Parts: sequence; C-alpha cells; structure tokens
Amino acid sequence: MSRTTTTWRRKATGLTAGIAVAALALTACSSGGGGGEATTAAVSQADIDKAMQTPTTLTFWTWVPDIQKEVDLFEKAYPKIKVEVVNVGQGADHYKKMRSALQSGKGAPDVTQIEFQHVQSFALGDNLLDLTPYIPADTKDDYVPWVWQQVLSTDGSKIWSIPQDSGPMGILYRDDMFKAAGVEVPTTWDDFATAAETIHAANPSTYITNMPGNDMGQFTGMMWQIGARPFGWDGDKTVTIDVNSDKAQQLAQYWQDLIQKDLVSTDPDFTDTWYQGLANGKYASWSPAAAWGPVFLQGTAESTSGLWRAAQVPQWESGGDPVSANWGGSSDAVLKSTKNPIAAAQFALWLNHDPSSTLMMANEQFLFPTTNDTLENPEFADQKSEFYGGQEVNKLFAEISTTVPEDFGWLPFMDYAYSAGQETVGKAIADKGDVVGALKAWQDDLVSYAKQQGFTVK
Amino acid sequence: MTTADVRLPEKPSPAPSLRRGPSRLRRRENTAAWVLIAPFVLVFLLFLVVPIVYSGYLSLFREQLVGGNTFVGLENYTRALTDPSFLSGVARMAVFLVIQVPVMLGLSLVFALLLDAGVLYLQRFIRLGIFIPYAVPSVIAALMWGYLYGGDFGPFAQLAEKLGAPAPQFLSADWMLFSLMNIVSWEFIGYNMIILYAALRSVPRELFDAAAVDGAGTVRTAWSIKIPAIRPAILLTVIFSVIGSFQLFNEPSILRNIAPNVIGVDYTPNLYAYNLAFINRDSNYAAAIAFILGIVIMIVSYTVQLSAQRKERAAR
Repeated sequence: MSRTTTTWRRKATGLTAGIAVAALALTACSSGGGGGEATTAAVSQADIDKAMQTPTTLTFWTWVPDIQKEVDLFEKAYPKIKVEVVNVGQGADHYKKMRSALQSGKGAPDVTQIEFQHVQSFALGDNLLDLTPYIPADTKDDYVPWVWQQVLSTDGSKIWSIPQDSGPMGILYRDDMFKAAGVEVPTTWDDFATAAETIHAANPSTYITNMPGNDMGQFTGMMWQIGARPFGWDGDKTVTIDVNSDKAQQLAQYWQDLIQKDLVSTDPDFTDTWYQGLANGKYASWSPAAAWGPVFLQGTAESTSGLWRAAQVPQWESGGDPVSANWGGSSDAVLKSTKNPIAAAQFALWLNHDPSSTLMMANEQFLFPTTNDTLENPEFADQKSEFYGGQEVNKLFAEISTTVPEDFGWLPFMDYAYSAGQETVGKAIADKGDVVGALKAWQDDLVSYAKQQGFTVK
Repeated sequence: MTTADVRLPEKPSPAPSLRRGPSRLRRRENTAAWVLIAPFVLVFLLFLVVPIVYSGYLSLFREQLVGGNTFVGLENYTRALTDPSFLSGVARMAVFLVIQVPVMLGLSLVFALLLDAGVLYLQRFIRLGIFIPYAVPSVIAALMWGYLYGGDFGPFAQLAEKLGAPAPQFLSADWMLFSLMNIVSWEFIGYNMIILYAALRSVPRELFDAAAVDGAGTVRTAWSIKIPAIRPAILLTVIFSVIGSFQLFNEPSILRNIAPNVIGVDYTPNLYAYNLAFINRDSNYAAAIAFILGIVIMIVSYTVQLSAQRKERAAR
C-alpha cells in the first residue's frame, strides 16, 4: 500500500506542474475564440480529490478473469468509489454489446476494455473520452513506448485509453522434438523453413508449426514484423489500405510455400483440434506466439510440462537488430458518455498503472505487462517456469517487448478488416491455395468497403 | 346460455335490428372480445409489426461510418439482388431445402405411420426417443454434433482409424452442407413426426375398418387412406420446414467456430445478414437482406401450398 501512495503522490505533483502549463495554454487558446473543441485543460488536483471522495459507482466492462481482485485493491485505496465489474462476453461479443449500448445511448459502461486494434474504431464514432486532461502529463514515460503509441489518437494528440496488457511475439517450441530431429532453434525465417523440412522428414505426422486460416490477428502481427504497414487512418475521412504490399506478398509467399510443401499444418487455432495438436506433439512449436502464450499453453498442454522452451521470433534478415511485433493486447478506455469522467479516468489509470495492481495482473491473470515498472520487477521478471524447463520466460518476453516497432497503425474498422481477411487470405491458407493472390482479393475487398462507408482511400 | 336464446329467434326480423344497430348484448360481447385479445394485439404490434415496419424504414437508408445517414430508396434492394454473397447463400439454402426437407419429412411420416399402425414394440419409448432431440436446444445440438464430426478425435474418426480407413471429413467444404442437413434432420424428425402422428390419431377409425373389410393390408391402408387423410398436416410440416431451411442460422453459426474457413460469413442468408449488421456495421443493408429473404420465403411457401392444392383438386 505504501508503494501505491508514493506513486500517486509522485503523479500528483507531476500533475500540478502540468496544470500550470495547460492553464497557460488554455488562456492563450481562449483568446483566439476557440473552434468549439472540448477543453483540454488538465483537471485540477482539487477536483480529482473531490471526485475521489464523492461516493460514486462506476461500471466496468471487461472479460479479464478474476479482475475483481485488482478492483478490490482500487476500492481499498478509494473507498468512496464502487466499481461494478460486468463481463458481457469476450472479444467480438463484447464489442457488439458496446456498439448496441453506444448506439441506443443507454446502458453503456463508464470504463471498458478495448483491444489495441479496435481503439481507433471506437474513436471514430467519437465515443471515447480524451484522457489527456485527467492523467499526469508524464504518464507515458511509465509505459513501453510502442504500447503507448497504440492508445493514442492517430495524430498523437489525444490519449484514448490506458494500456492493460500486450503481446510481443516470440516462439514457443518443444525442445525434445527439436533435439530429436537434430534441429537448432531457428534464428531466421530461412532457418525456420529448413528446420520445418527436417522435422517433418523425421516424423511425417509432425509439423514444425501450424498456420491457422482463422487468425488474422496473428497474420497481422507477422505483417508488423516483416515491415508491412497495411493499415492507416488520418483520424478523419482518409484511410490507408495496403495489405498487398511487397512485404506482405513476401510474407504470404513464405507461408504459402511451407503450406503447399505440407511442412506446416493449417488447422484453425483455438479449436479442440488445435489444442490436441499442441498437447500431443503434432506441432513442434507455436510460431509465432505472443507473450500471453506461455501461460495459455501451460494450461492447454499440461502433459508436456518441462518440454517447452521460449525463444526470440525468427528474423527476416540475419545480423541486424532483432525485430519483433505485437499480437493481442488491450487497454481500458473511458466512454465519453460517462457521468463521472474524473473518477472513471482515475480508475482506468490506477488499475493499469499502480504497481500493486499491474503486478497482480501480471502474476495472477498472466496479462503481459505494459508498464516498465512491472516488466523490470524481479517478482515478475525473475520467475522461473517449470513448464519451460526452468527458463525465465517473462524476462525473455520483456526483452522482446523492446524490439517491437512503434509505427503500426490500424483502420477504424478492424472487425471488418479481419473478417474480410479470413474470407480471403485465411481461406487460401486453409485450402492450401494461392495465399499471395488472396492478398489482392483482401485489398480490393477492403477498398470497396471503405469507399462504401464514405472513406477516401489513399 | 343467454346467447343460445338470442340466437334462436324463430321469427326473423332483420330490418328493424339493422336499423337499431347491434344489440346491447352484441356490443358487450364485442367489447369483451377486444379486451380479451388486447394483450395479444399489443404484443403482436409491439414485437412484430413495429420492428418489421422499423426495419423496412431502415432498409431505405444508408448510414456510413463517415458521411452520415442518407435516404437511398431501394438502392439496398438492388444491391442485394446482384450481391453474389447473398445469392449464393440463397442458392445453397435451396439445395438444402430440396434434399433435406423430403428426407426429413419422409422419415417423420414413416415413423408416424409405424407408430400409428402399432407394429412397433416399446411404442412409447420409441416415440419419446425420436422426439427427444427436438427438446435439445439447437445450439447444444450443434455443439454435440460438432464434437461427433471432429476429424481428429470424434468417434467416427476413431472408428475409421480402428478400421484402417481415412477419417471422414464431415467438416470439409464438400461435406459441410450434408453434415448440417443431418443435424437439422436429427433435431426435427421427432417434431414433425408428432404433428403427423397427432393428425393420424384423429382420422376416423371406421375408415380403417371399412378398408380392412375391403381387404386392404396395412401398407395399402397407409397409402390410400391415412396419407390422403392427413394431407393438410403434411402440408403444414412442409411449409414449416421451408421457412426453417431458409432461416438456418444457429447450426452453421456454431459449426463456424470449428470450421471457420469452410463456413464463411455468407454461408446462409441469415448468417450473412447477421454479419452485415455486426461485423460490417451496415444494419441498413442487413435489413434489406432480411426483407428480401422474407419475400423469398413467402414466395416459396405459397408456391408449395398452391401446387399442393392444385394436386388435391386434380385428385378429386
């Protein structure tokens, strides 16, 4: 608890300094007549204190299991604020309910979980509260830089949400199977392809990994890594769609070759077939996996405990600085419709910023941390995992997290983008067909959708 | 019994009563009728008519993610009629209808006749056994069959492995439609059987005695007396099944989780409308699709009914 209060004070002082600056900026602005934009002046510490002392009930929609534990910590720190945790479903179901509530203008929560790729799609409808005035100006220094990028408005001027967890990519592999086939851990994707051949030759019923046709999140993560920048939005009416770039084609060609040579399987992921494949050694690795993968796998393939290891994701170019990417990860946003913006913003921040809460999320819910403080915390980083033969998996992924490029943007309609991707690229993967050609179909599909929705496509 | 008294006028005097309008009693009866059906009418208006009118209204607009809401008249409808996703879904359901409905209703009818003829042992047990799948929610049924169909661990796959045969690919693109037909048949054979069986029970028994006297056997009685006698009930089940086929949603939606690349977003028209509304965020177009689907269903149902009536007239 003492740690909690110190951090809060540190932030609080930072905040007051920030207020002075912002106040100056505001006076400068107001003389100019203002264009009807909402004020971005920082909320004063006195207002925050007052709000946090006023009995308030906040509603929080999230699908993080057992998050009540962290919420309890918050309620202990701020006894006047009650937080009602509601789980309306995971992922797509959650967003459907959000959209319905926002559209009807009734029943929307104060604070809600939103995955990184969907932040902009909720920003589009002007649904999110800009948190800039509500949180200390130096908050961003406490977060991993690429993660912080994910929660900003496209021009970087607004803060849409507070990062909760992330998914830097690595690989998880079966050490015993790699050794039995005489394969070194591949450091480049070329090595990976060679290893794929060796492993499949050693035992024709095993594959080095599985490439699902239903996981555009993973595919997008790989585009992120290879250097493709398929999506973009200017925050207004112009979108950038470039899923058929040279880099994306290189990626598609690579996997198409492995798939057509029958060196990787193409089972849909997060299905029973896939769980079985992980547990019974059909797949010798999960490549690429994300930082939330290690613990997930532990639950799925319990019987293979001790046989798994984690490693850096293979590189496209040997020799240079390693480049990873992100797959998954989410944040907590405050909806504009909230009646208690100050308390809601403080809650979203505290939950994902206070060390007691973030460490608990990392160690109990296994959400991969987004704050530097927790990533470096020995209680998290130094954990040795039995499932991974005593390896310090958290430390490895914390290192990987520093190699994720920052400049990856999204479309304001990622749910459609992923759905269309699955119908084109995903289907080509599952049918062991023309994955490269499918990129063009995906591109055309997205462009025509964007135009239909009134966007200008760049 | 006042009503009976009133309706027994021996001396008809229509003219004066007309002039006076409906009697007080009649008026009171009308009021009572309205009061009694009011709850139904209210619910009917609120949950059926209003939503239908509202979605009809919605279908005439186009709301874009950027650019706002504009009235576009019938544009969504013309778009649907040239939309390969929608048309292929309707075509797929037509194939489904042509194959699945006859098989399912054929089996329902056979079971109903067998039960009615009393030639089976353990009558009640069998009747209940065939009916029970209908009591299983379709979501659960689809989950269960999804497990049974599993290519790596399902019982059929394991059996095939024991026999040294390749596992049947129930969830592949080629088999999926038939796998779905099987699930739907399993769910609804019992339901249709009960409707037909109930109809059979109400056929006057004297007809059977007469047929027996004329020397007709069980099969002959079934073919020439029972089936013609329950023709209205059969027609009812056909029309229910037509409607059900075009509205197929739950089963493909669940199987989509395990075969995401086989069952696409547009596999059935209903699934397509759902995805249009929630993934594409295009509820206007989804409303138009739903309307056209409704019209297709009406046309097909009406055609079925009309052809059945014509056949009946021809038979006379």
